[in-house]
Amino acid sequence: MKPARFDYIRAETLADAHAALAQDGNDARVIAGGQTLLPMLSMRLARPKVLVDIMHLPQLRQITAEDNAIRVGAGVRQAKLLAWPDLAARQPLLAAAMPWIGHAQIRSRGTVCGSVAHADPSAEIPLVLVALGGAIELSSRRKRRRVAADDFFAGMMSTTRQATELIEAVIVPTRRPGHGYAFREFARRHGDFAIVACAAVAAPDGIRLAIGGVADRPTGRDLGNLDGGALDDALDAFAWDLDARDDLHATARYRRELVRSLGRATIAEAQQCRA
Amino acid sequence: MPRLSADTRHLVRLVVNGRAVEAHAEPRMLLTDFLRHELGMTGTHVGCEHGVCGACTVDIDGVPARACLTLAVQADGATIRTVEGLAPEAGRLSVLQDAFRRHHALQCGFCTAGILMSLDHYLRIHPTPTEPDLRNFLGGHLCRCTGYVPILAAALDAAKRLREASHA
Repeated sequence: MKPARFDYIRAETLADAHAALAQDGNDARVIAGGQTLLPMLSMRLARPKVLVDIMHLPQLRQITAEDNAIRVGAGVRQAKLLAWPDLAARQPLLAAAMPWIGHAQIRSRGTVCGSVAHADPSAEIPLVLVALGGAIELSSRRKRRRVAADDFFAGMMSTTRQATELIEAVIVPTRRPGHGYAFREFARRHGDFAIVACAAVAAPDGIRLAIGGVADRPTGRDLGNLDGGALDDALDAFAWDLDARDDLHATARYRRELVRSLGRATIAEAQQCRA
Repeated sequence: MPRLSADTRHLVRLVVNGRAVEAHAEPRMLLTDFLRHELGMTGTHVGCEHGVCGACTVDIDGVPARACLTLAVQADGATIRTVEGLAPEAGRLSVLQDAFRRHHALQCGFCTAGILMSLDHYLRIHPTPTEPDLRNFLGGHLCRCTGYVPILAAALDAAKRLREASHA
């Protein structure tokens, strides 16, 4: 339970970080808060040759309110975003989801972008990004690009980030007038990984529900303006399509039932918030 | 840019419990092991070593965090507070520690250092905590002896005494 050996680079500029990733690529891992990477290192599930620490770059520590989005830099700790006074007004879904991340003692160090980089299928921030149609801003020595969250999460702890790319920020769309938002999660204990997590957006032109903890990545579906039995049927189809598996936390059947019941409750709450 | 080689031990400087200290660490050394093995401060306990149990919780730059999820080299320059820093003087317990003793809020004591560090921070920010708040906050710690009830009782009692002391 001790990490294997690695070199440690303390990047002092963004160019430093890009250069290290360009040089070491797949052998390098970026470390920010370390709250997901350190367990991976200690259990030797990850054995990078080089760690690139990006927490000494002031330009990555910014939370910026853009026109229709919040841009959260890669150095922003979860506790800092939770304490950002504008959070609930600008994006209630993110404000509702963030207290579910780990524990206060984890959020104090863990970063928003770190959770996105780790891409755990039950993690809250990736789920919120998929529900809202957010994006991930990647940069390398050569180029900079924005990838839609739906295209970024590729599977279990896997993303479409290239080895030379740094996640520089995530882009979270802000609340829109006439939209309602809700987040619910079920786990055995608060702070545990979600068995099922639901994020719902009720828009004038229909409902969008995103589910975490079931498929190998957070998955969103537009459900139109269904209600009653038709909505139950659509949720049932969604639950089956997520291809739930049995594991030691819950059976596949139990997860499907949570998608149906917790999903329905989350949608109802989002619709109430809209009204 | 500084690149610390894997095979070499590097100087790490910290302020621990108000005292400037320094020792050497390989890049892969966890802050838990640095505190215990290099600085000899064994009050911080090592439980699960992957951030779940909370035994190693210390205060890093003013906030409770897992020492096992922090590399010593990451913490270079940080201000750390550990359980050794809670007692106001040798032979005298802090209000919170004393409440733990009176309420039997520990048996084996393995988890206690981490819980004390979390609660010490929490009670400073939330002088009037409710029991549900405390339960939620204590979710970040595992205790296999007490069943948590005496820990909650001790925390509520300590909060009350701290409030009384601040009004006195």
